[in-house]
Amino acid sequence: MEIKLVKEILEANAAIAAQNGALCAEQGVYVINLMGGAGAGKTTLLERTIERLKGRRRMAVIEGDIATSRDAERIAAHHIPAVQINTGGECHLDGNMVRAGLGQLDLSDIDLLVVENVGNLVCPAEFNIGEDAKVMVCSVAEGDDKPLKYPLMFQVSSLLLLNKIDLLPYVAFDVERFCADALKVNPHLEIMPISCTTGEGLDSWLRWLEERSCTKGA
Amino acid sequence: MAQSLLEIVEQEARPYAGARVTRVQLRIGKLSTVVPDALRFAFDAITRRGIAEGAVLEIEEVPLSIRCRQCEEVFIVEDPFMICPRCEGIDVEMVSGRELEIRSMEICDGD
Repeated sequence: MEIKLVKEILEANAAIAAQNGALCAEQGVYVINLMGGAGAGKTTLLERTIERLKGRRRMAVIEGDIATSRDAERIAAHHIPAVQINTGGECHLDGNMVRAGLGQLDLSDIDLLVVENVGNLVCPAEFNIGEDAKVMVCSVAEGDDKPLKYPLMFQVSSLLLLNKIDLLPYVAFDVERFCADALKVNPHLEIMPISCTTGEGLDSWLRWLEERSCTKGA
Repeated sequence: MAQSLLEIVEQEARPYAGARVTRVQLRIGKLSTVVPDALRFAFDAITRRGIAEGAVLEIEEVPLSIRCRQCEEVFIVEDPFMICPRCEGIDVEMVSGRELEIRSMEICDGD
């Protein structure tokens, strides 16, 4: 016999993600899902961000990796709350994992939460975790063909940080072509060229964050 | 993904004691990250010795289509560009292409 369904395969995840989002909104926490390929510079970007936002926004980070706590340790060295989630093999974070991470944080004491996803340009795009915005990090050392190769990731992101621009003289990366392709896939994507090494472009990134998050006070 | 699919299938089959799942009809959008054959491979692996062992996944691949609000028309597009193929405008919305849906499933009574 046939059973008619019409169900989303990921409906369970969507429900948990919605709960995560509601919980954070209730507590005035702005949540970013930070995605990008392995080595794009996500963790370094977070370190530079934490340094510059000190005293202006209370930050916390949930780190997602397949293994090790290296990234959470790097963040914790900046004296902000950092929770490490080891997926043990899953190539992306999901709502359930992030819910567990939220449970380890005092949300009443946080203005801005960044969830650093597993380094991967594919699966994280499919799994909502309760974020307010998806932000991508791509580096000029990764090749300029990524928008056409990984369209969904570019499509679901609000902001793309094009990192390591200090390396442009040394790599065959066509910035114009990359941006044109990215904007075809997502005409509403905001693209910011940055360098976490030289600091170029980081002010715009900080302004973007400050415009969207607010501080609940001292 | 296969795990989420299996959980739904098992949950829906639960009221029918002794039933085995023989087919599952899915709609997978072209822009989604799921590769049909990869999903079949994973599903086969995790359904071994369960009530869905041997179940066939019938996958309808849904093309990417976008509605242009200026042209007031829906276009099926090959490339993943959110640009109207007629007027080249960006006042568009995706109508199909990101589906990850179970449409129906077939069960048969156990022996």
